[in-house]
Amino acid sequence: MANLTLVQAINLALVQEMEKDDRVIILGEDVGLNGGVFRVTEGLFKRFGEDRVVDTPLAESGIIGTSIGLAMAGLRPVPEIQFEGFLGPAYDQICSHAARMRTRTRGAFTVPLTIRVPVGGGIHAPELHSDSPEAIYAHQPGLKVVMPASPYDAKGLLVSAIRDPDPVIFFEPKRIYRAFREEVPEDEYTVPIGKARTVCEGTDLTIVSWGASVVQCMQAIERSSTSIELIDMRTIYPFDIEAVEESVSKTGRCVIVHEAPKTCGFGAEIATQIMERCFLHLEAPVQRVAGFDTIMPYYKLENEYLPDADRIEKAIQEIGAY
Amino acid sequence: MPITKVLEAQIDHVSILDEHGNFDEALGKGLIPDEDLIKLYGHMVICRLLDEVAFKLQRSGRMGTYPQNMGQEAPSLGAAYALESTDWMVTCYRENCGLFWRGLPMEKILQHWMGDERGNDIPRELHATPIAVPIGTQMLHATGLAWAAKYRKEDRVACTFFGDGATSEGDFHEAMNFAANLDIPVVFFCQNNQWAISVPGKIQCSAPTVAQRGMAYGMDCLRCDGNDLFAVVHCMKKAIASGRENNRPTFIEAVTYRLGDHTTADDARRYRDAEEVELWKARDPITRIKEYMKSRKIWDDSKQAELDEHADQAVSAAVKRAEGIESPTTNDIFNWMYAELPESLAVQRDTMRTSSLGQDPSQIETPQTSQQN
Repeated sequence: MANLTLVQAINLALVQEMEKDDRVIILGEDVGLNGGVFRVTEGLFKRFGEDRVVDTPLAESGIIGTSIGLAMAGLRPVPEIQFEGFLGPAYDQICSHAARMRTRTRGAFTVPLTIRVPVGGGIHAPELHSDSPEAIYAHQPGLKVVMPASPYDAKGLLVSAIRDPDPVIFFEPKRIYRAFREEVPEDEYTVPIGKARTVCEGTDLTIVSWGASVVQCMQAIERSSTSIELIDMRTIYPFDIEAVEESVSKTGRCVIVHEAPKTCGFGAEIATQIMERCFLHLEAPVQRVAGFDTIMPYYKLENEYLPDADRIEKAIQEIGAY
Repeated sequence: MPITKVLEAQIDHVSILDEHGNFDEALGKGLIPDEDLIKLYGHMVICRLLDEVAFKLQRSGRMGTYPQNMGQEAPSLGAAYALESTDWMVTCYRENCGLFWRGLPMEKILQHWMGDERGNDIPRELHATPIAVPIGTQMLHATGLAWAAKYRKEDRVACTFFGDGATSEGDFHEAMNFAANLDIPVVFFCQNNQWAISVPGKIQCSAPTVAQRGMAYGMDCLRCDGNDLFAVVHCMKKAIASGRENNRPTFIEAVTYRLGDHTTADDARRYRDAEEVELWKARDPITRIKEYMKSRKIWDDSKQAELDEHADQAVSAAVKRAEGIESPTTNDIFNWMYAELPESLAVQRDTMRTSSLGQDPSQIETPQTSQQN
């Protein structure tokens, strides 16, 4: 056991998977000698050499497109896209090829690919360095979309993603890269893709969240006198609706919290499925606390945009009193 | 000397057997043995016939939209002939002739255009990827495939095919840049057929050659008469050797012409002159081989009659096989989405005929979990 940050936990997962399986290679911008702009791949270049930790030309579509070829040939590439705002150029390769390859070839070709992407706001970054596009990729059939909220989960989920036979987008909430530490086993373990985590148990209200927002939810819960159950989805697709159903059927009230814009955010899907599954258990409408349907503001106003404990607390009160 | 020349560029255009029957002995002698040439010629004749039959299948409602390959048989065939069967072929949709030479059953291509994904279920040992539909994206996959081969120290190159229109796409440039800078053995094979649907080549590239695009990335560039099978083989051999020996990519521009419409949904008469088409019909890649073989006395009319009959049989049999394939099952919509089907998708699959989408089976009056077509 070691007390690790989320960055260190991801680094450890990469090291261990690379040691175990020489099909795993890392590629991307600045991932080599520099260890990545967030230092997630620190030390890997030295340890595994330039054939396995590859600094590529500065071209996101190129990084993902060549990774697709590497994966079709049977390797397990783990490309890094430096920020979620730069996924756009690779969108075509991700959605037109990686996501479709297995089904359009009826299994003749597959794309076991894990795309690591720092995601979300809250670090005073320039524009296009703070967005939350998880719903866009969850809406693309053929992909898996993961977003851990703790070092333990980050390590276990990344190992699962790398070993997964299908393409996974692994979003890393950059706001909590170094925000806190957690005991992370050095021994091998996995956290399954598609399973939520109950962060704390409660009886009166359920909060569903993922990524860095989970921390804000905890702050709101600590302030509140209501008995609240917090569910960290951990995986956006395929998502653990059973965990949500079980909790909301018990509490009858639900608040969904995410950084991404509210309209068509992934909270909308969860809210709909709660209605489909828990209609007769509901004591109040499902409430969403989310980013606004605006362009993510520059950092002077980002804390106005991002759901914080105050807004979550307000939702808890409103829904609790409904 | 404040100004010095830092680059002097040259692009070679290769022609070995031209449309008038002129044959360059120095370059062409021994390049393709006669017995191979006869086979290659026969193969082109069969492919041309399949193309004509496919067009008719579409017109008679037996097949969906189909992009004719007519007139472009030589480029992919010459490439496939020069490649080893362990080298990757990463194609778009005008490489039927090369894919069939590699061993892809003709009915697979028909099946693809008949709207059945199983047409893309290409046996792994063929080292051919399925037709790439979005333009200019597959060169990156070729680069990744060749990169994997290099990583594993396999003696394998990748050859990727695309048209002149694709050289306007960003992914094309990214692929060339990756391959050149990371020393990846890829042959970038441009079938410059001069038209991207209705848009002429000059709107894709205002430089005198498309080939020089490769030069900007520091790779060897060759240009050839794409309707000259010998010239294509000559260029491919050079490119393949450079890949195998030095992990270097090469760019080949094969100048050819799309004799047919872009697809069966297109009518090229709307945007190009009949005279231009006639000019290129006279440069047909198949006719010139036939005339060459006749002049060499290795081909005659009776052999042609025999071949035509064989082609008829081969194509009819392929169509029969394609049309005889049973329809895919409804379950196939779901079953290939992931290695392991997520529960939510299994529910959609199992209730698609019994519920509106998204309903949980437990909420449906008479839950049914069996599938049906």
